[in-house]
Amino acid sequence: MSSSLQNRRLRSIALIGPAALYLFVWMIVPLAMTVYYSFRRYNLIQPFVKGNAGFSNYAKIIGDPNFLAGLVNTLILVSSCLILTVVIGLAFAVIYNSEHVIGKNLLRTLAASPFFIMPVVTGLVWKNLMMNPSFGLLAALQRGLGITPIAFLSQMPLASIIGIVTWQWTPFAMLVLLASLSSVPEDIKEAAYLDGAGAWKTFRHIILPQLGRPLYAVIMLETIFFLIIFGQIYVATSGGPGNASTNLPYYIYLQAFSAYDIGAASAGAVVAVILANIVAIFLVRMINANIREDT
Amino acid sequence: MSWPAKLGLNALAWLVCILMFFPVFWLILTSFKTNALAAAEDPVFVFWPTIAGYVNAIFDNNYLHYLLNSGITAIGSTLICMLLAIPAAYSMVFRRSKYTDSTLLWMLSTKMLPPVGVLLPIYVVYKNIHLLDSALGLVFIYAAMNLPIVVWLLYTYFKDVPAAILEAAEIDGASLFTTLSRIVVPLSLPGILSTGLLAIVLAWNESFWAINLTNVHGATLAVFVSDFKSARGQFWASMSAASTLSVLPILVAGWFTQRQLVRGLTFGAVK
Repeated sequence: MSSSLQNRRLRSIALIGPAALYLFVWMIVPLAMTVYYSFRRYNLIQPFVKGNAGFSNYAKIIGDPNFLAGLVNTLILVSSCLILTVVIGLAFAVIYNSEHVIGKNLLRTLAASPFFIMPVVTGLVWKNLMMNPSFGLLAALQRGLGITPIAFLSQMPLASIIGIVTWQWTPFAMLVLLASLSSVPEDIKEAAYLDGAGAWKTFRHIILPQLGRPLYAVIMLETIFFLIIFGQIYVATSGGPGNASTNLPYYIYLQAFSAYDIGAASAGAVVAVILANIVAIFLVRMINANIREDT
Repeated sequence: MSWPAKLGLNALAWLVCILMFFPVFWLILTSFKTNALAAAEDPVFVFWPTIAGYVNAIFDNNYLHYLLNSGITAIGSTLICMLLAIPAAYSMVFRRSKYTDSTLLWMLSTKMLPPVGVLLPIYVVYKNIHLLDSALGLVFIYAAMNLPIVVWLLYTYFKDVPAAILEAAEIDGASLFTTLSRIVVPLSLPGILSTGLLAIVLAWNESFWAINLTNVHGATLAVFVSDFKSARGQFWASMSAASTLSVLPILVAGWFTQRQLVRGLTFGAVK
């Protein structure tokens, strides 16, 4: 009996083991190395300067105004994009959930497109075709209205990046909320209508409460993806002008591949990981609750 | 609903669609212009289309090399993911132990790890073992990146396989391999395929690792396209053609698999 139990356990380890080992080798071991590097003097330009750095790498980045700018930009980017994508995405989902919209499947499919566009392409399209101050479509639109065109990416870089990311991610919020809206039973909505509830009241009291879990999922997932935005910034503004649109990942990228300071970059990365984990704690709790509910 | 309200709603629905889709439409339209026409100050909608941008992207800029790398990394990483994830998800559903839930959660928690957190060691190690600037290096990292999502999704699909069939197979003395290959995989094939497609889409669109770990030999379409960010002047028609060639396969795949993608990215919170 006990040997068959042991056998079972062995077999289950043999099944999960490879996947767990793979993740361990490719994610956890490098993470430990990053923490180690963050306490070392490690600059590719000065290969002979080695040794224990204590907290000097951390002191260095925390004293760096660009790092603080990156941290603040990251927080602004994440919170604005979250609010915008969720509010707009919910509005879009409500529109496309209506049975009165003709051809809604086609319309919502086309409206969902930005989500599938490669982030670097998104950055290029907006930089060159939409936001270019002389040849961009928005400039032509502004001239048509008699306004001097704004050089979006140099005059308001962070706001422009927020706009671009919002365009890319609103479809995700829309798709998730649409899937949840369409699963609200028709008869409940009908009953509310028969009881004399108007459209707003039905939405507020019947539909919105059903969106709790999906909204939570959207917010937590988007937070994680917004914390690591890279492609759009890399091609559209390169973090500039100055540090105006540099977020943490981009700052770390610059430290590592322009300044070649692996130690300082690692310290920045550790801070980014800590930040992401504060968010992750909430997410893991949510998923944990989901597992319990399912089983 | 009264007819003016219906009309207004439909107008709104169309407006939303046009606002969201327009930049994509404009990209595709620009890809058929000449470089001079693409840089016109006033937007041109009607013109004689040319495929010069596409010819330029394919023949002068070596598009096929990047396409090959994107294909290798997306498909290769997805295959590795599947090989590792199918047995793992199987055991999580059918051979549950008290460690199952925590293992699943631990796997997911690695997804919360920002890539910058592990970039530098991987860069240094890749440099030493000569995996830098190779598609193979990206294959391994993309597999790790997508593995948690793939395990989770397969987990939700395998749960739909009736346990009674498996018990019957066990009584008949079927081996683990037989059970997997004859029962579990065929019964959840649609789920496995859509999960695979999700992994392909995510790997195809990835730019952080591609830009940081490759530049010539192992460069993917993301690197190819991002090269247009500077120094190419105003060759927007060429840029648009290259971009269109790079996003179209995934855009079309995305249109067909929206639901699965959403289900995957929310770890099954929305079905």
